[in-house]
Amino acid sequence: MRHLLSTKDLSRDEAINLLDIAEDMADVAEREVKKLPTLRGKTVVNLFFEDSTRTRISFEAAAKRLSADVINFSAKGSSVSKGESLKDTAQTLAAIGADGVVIRHPASGAPAVLAASGWIDAGIINAGDGTHEHPTQALLDAFTIRRRIHGQASRGTGLDGVSVTIVGDVLHSRVARSNLWLLTTLGADVTFVAPPTLLPSDTSLWPARFSFDLDDAIDAGPDVVMMLRIQTERMHAAFFPSSREYSRVWGLDDARFRRLGPASIVMHPGPMNRGLEISSAAADSANSTVLEQVTNGVSVRMAALYLLLSGDRKESKNVD
Amino acid sequence: MSIDGLQQHELQERWLIRGATLPDGTSTDIRLDGRGITELGIGLSQSGASVIDAEGLIALPGLVDLHAHLREPGYEHSETVLSGSRAAARGGFTSVFAMANTLPAQDTAGVVEQVLALGESAGYVDVQPIGAVTVGLAGKQLAELGAMASSKARVRVFSDDGFCVSDPLLMRRALEYVKAFDGVIAQHSQEPRLTENAQMNEGALSGELGLVGWPAVAEESIIARDVLLAEHVGSRLHVCHVSTAGSVDVIRWAKARGINVTAEVTPHHLLLTEDLVRGYDARFKVNPPLRSREDVQALRAGLADGTIDIVATDHAPHPVESKDCEWDAAANGMVGLESALSVVHAAVVATGLLDWADIERVLSRTPARIGRLVGQGNPIAVGSPAELTLYDPAATRVFGREDLAGTSTNSPYLSMTLPGEVRATFHRGYPTVLDGVVRSSLEIADQASGVVVHG
Repeated sequence: MRHLLSTKDLSRDEAINLLDIAEDMADVAEREVKKLPTLRGKTVVNLFFEDSTRTRISFEAAAKRLSADVINFSAKGSSVSKGESLKDTAQTLAAIGADGVVIRHPASGAPAVLAASGWIDAGIINAGDGTHEHPTQALLDAFTIRRRIHGQASRGTGLDGVSVTIVGDVLHSRVARSNLWLLTTLGADVTFVAPPTLLPSDTSLWPARFSFDLDDAIDAGPDVVMMLRIQTERMHAAFFPSSREYSRVWGLDDARFRRLGPASIVMHPGPMNRGLEISSAAADSANSTVLEQVTNGVSVRMAALYLLLSGDRKESKNVD
Repeated sequence: MSIDGLQQHELQERWLIRGATLPDGTSTDIRLDGRGITELGIGLSQSGASVIDAEGLIALPGLVDLHAHLREPGYEHSETVLSGSRAAARGGFTSVFAMANTLPAQDTAGVVEQVLALGESAGYVDVQPIGAVTVGLAGKQLAELGAMASSKARVRVFSDDGFCVSDPLLMRRALEYVKAFDGVIAQHSQEPRLTENAQMNEGALSGELGLVGWPAVAEESIIARDVLLAEHVGSRLHVCHVSTAGSVDVIRWAKARGINVTAEVTPHHLLLTEDLVRGYDARFKVNPPLRSREDVQALRAGLADGTIDIVATDHAPHPVESKDCEWDAAANGMVGLESALSVVHAAVVATGLLDWADIERVLSRTPARIGRLVGQGNPIAVGSPAELTLYDPAATRVFGREDLAGTSTNSPYLSMTLPGEVRATFHRGYPTVLDGVVRSSLEIADQASGVVVHG
C-alpha cells in the first residue's frame, strides 16, 4: 500500500488484511513491552492543520510503538498560519526526510493533492480531510465491531450481514463517509438517520438506506448504532432549530437506548456531547465501545503505518 | 501615425488568401488590406499581395469574446491587456470584452479609457472594456454608468462579473438606467447565500467528495428573477456563463415570452463535466462550476436551438500558486481564449449540432451585436473590416503549454487531444497570427500605430 487516502479505494481483501494486521498489533499491546522495532529509523510526521489532540496522540502512540521517530507539526502558530502553502510545507518535510506523513486538513482532498503532487515522496495517511474521509477512524470502527461480534475468531472475517445505523450530521461527517465505503465493502448493511438538512442533497450513489426517523431505525433492531458528533454551530446555519429539538428528535436518549437489543453495540467517534446526541446511560453502558474504539485506534494506525512504511517504498511504488 | 502624408492603407501590406472555405461552405479567394476586405472571388490577382494558401482552411469573421478577464490594471502577474490580447489572437479572436474586476475596478471613465488605450497600443485585438455595475463591484451603489458610456471607451456592457448583483432593487435600477444609452447588464447569476463557500456542483459527487455544493437553483433563481425584472422595466439583460439545464429552460421560457434577454455559455461548460473534480485537481475549479453530463447536453441543445445566443470564454488567468494547492484554497477560473474554437469544435461541431455558419453567429456576429461593437462581427464580404481568422478543421493536436500565448497556464485542456487549429488571424488588415504563430508584440504594436514592417 503506497498511501491511505480513503476507504473507497480499499478492496475487501486489503481491508481485511489491514484489520488482521491490527489484530497482531493489538496483541503487542498486551505485552509488558508494548514496542516493535519494525519502523526503527523511519520518520513519521504528524502534519495537523486542524487541532485534534485525540487523533494526533493516537497516531503518535502507534508510530512510537513501531519505533519510528515522530515529529509533530501543528500548523497553528507555525509558518503555515503566516501564509505558507501546503506545497512549501510538504517540500520542507521532504527535505527533512519524512518517510510518512499523517495529515489532518480542513480542506477535503488535501491528502490526495499531497499524494499526487510530487512535492514529497513520503507515504501519506489521511487523518481526516474536511468533510471527505477519515479512513483510520472507519477502520478502527470496523475493527471494533468485528471484535465485538467475532471475538478471538475475528481474523479473516468481514462484517457480512451486520446492520449498522449511523445517526447525526452525515453531511459534514468524514467519519460517516469513510464508514459508508468500508462497512459496505466488508458486507455490512448501512442505514443513515439524520434530519434532511444534514444529509447530502443527492445520495443516489451511496450504497445505503436513509431515514429521517430514529425511532423506526431503533425499532428495526440494528446490530450497531453509531452516533455522530453534532456541532452546535450548525444550529446557527439553520440546519436545525435548536440543540434541544435536535436532542429530542435525533439523540440516543435513555428511552431509545433501552429499546435496543441487549447485544447491540453503541459507538461514538468522540468527542461526545453527552446529553445532546448521546445520553450518559448509553455512553457508559456495557454496550458502548467508546473506549475500545480509542484503544483499537492505536492498533489500526500501527497496521496502517506498518503497511505503508515497512519494506522498500521504491518497490511498493511500482505496485500502486 | 501617417508618414509623409501617405494614407495608412497605402503603407500597409496587402494580402491574398487563396482558396479559403467560407462558413456557408463556398470556396473563395480573399484580398484584404488595412482598408478592409477588398475583393472576393475565384482566381484573384496576387499582384502586390502576400499570398496565404488557405486550401482546406475555414475563413471565419474575427471571433468576438464578450467575456474575458485581462486582469490589468491590478493583477498583472496573472495577465496584462497585452498578454491577454496575444492569447486572444492565438485563439482567432479580433475583439475581446474586458471584464471589470480589475484593481482599481473598471467603474469609472478613467479606468475604462486606460484599458481601452492599453488595448490600442497592444494592437492585437479590439479591447472593449466592460463597466462595473456598482462601485468597486461591491453591490452597494451604482457606478457612473453614464460617464463610462459617454467616455472614449463607449461602454455598453456593464457587469459585476465575479459577483452577482444580488440586490433586486439595485438590479432593477441598473437595468432601467442603461436604457438611456442602449446598454445591457451582463449578470453573473449566483445567489450568494445559497453558494456560501461553494466549491463544486451540488450533486451526488459533491456529497461523496465532501466539497460544499453549488446548487443549480442558485443560478436559476437569479435568472428567473432577472428576466422578470427585465420584462418589468423593458430593458435588456445578458446572462453570463449559463451552466445548468434548468437555466436553459428559464431562458427559453423568457424568450418565448418576448423578454429581451441574451445568454452565453462557456466552451468549458460545453465540454467538461464535474467528474474531472474527482482528483481534486484545482485546474478544474471554476465558477460557475463544471456540471453534470445532463447539464452539458442541455447547454449544447440550448446553443443549437438559439436559446443560448453565444459562446464566451470567461478566460480567467491565475498564477501557478493559485492552482498549485488544496482545492478549497484554489482560485476559480480557467484560461480559455487560446482553446475556445477547438473546444467548441469538439463539443458542438464534431457532434453535428452546429455548423460553421452557426459558429460565425455564436462566436462573432451575435457577441458583437449584444455588445454594440461596431467594426466587428461582420460577414466576410467586400467592404467589411479586415477582421478574420483562418482555421484548419482537419488538424488534431495534443493541447500543450506551447498552445498558450498569455501569461498564465491554468488551462484544463493541457494534454487533452483537441480538434482543429487557428492558422492565421487578421486584425485591421494585418496578421496577428501567421502559420499558427503569434507575431511579436513589437511588430504588432508598430502595425497598430501605422508603421510599416518589412520582412
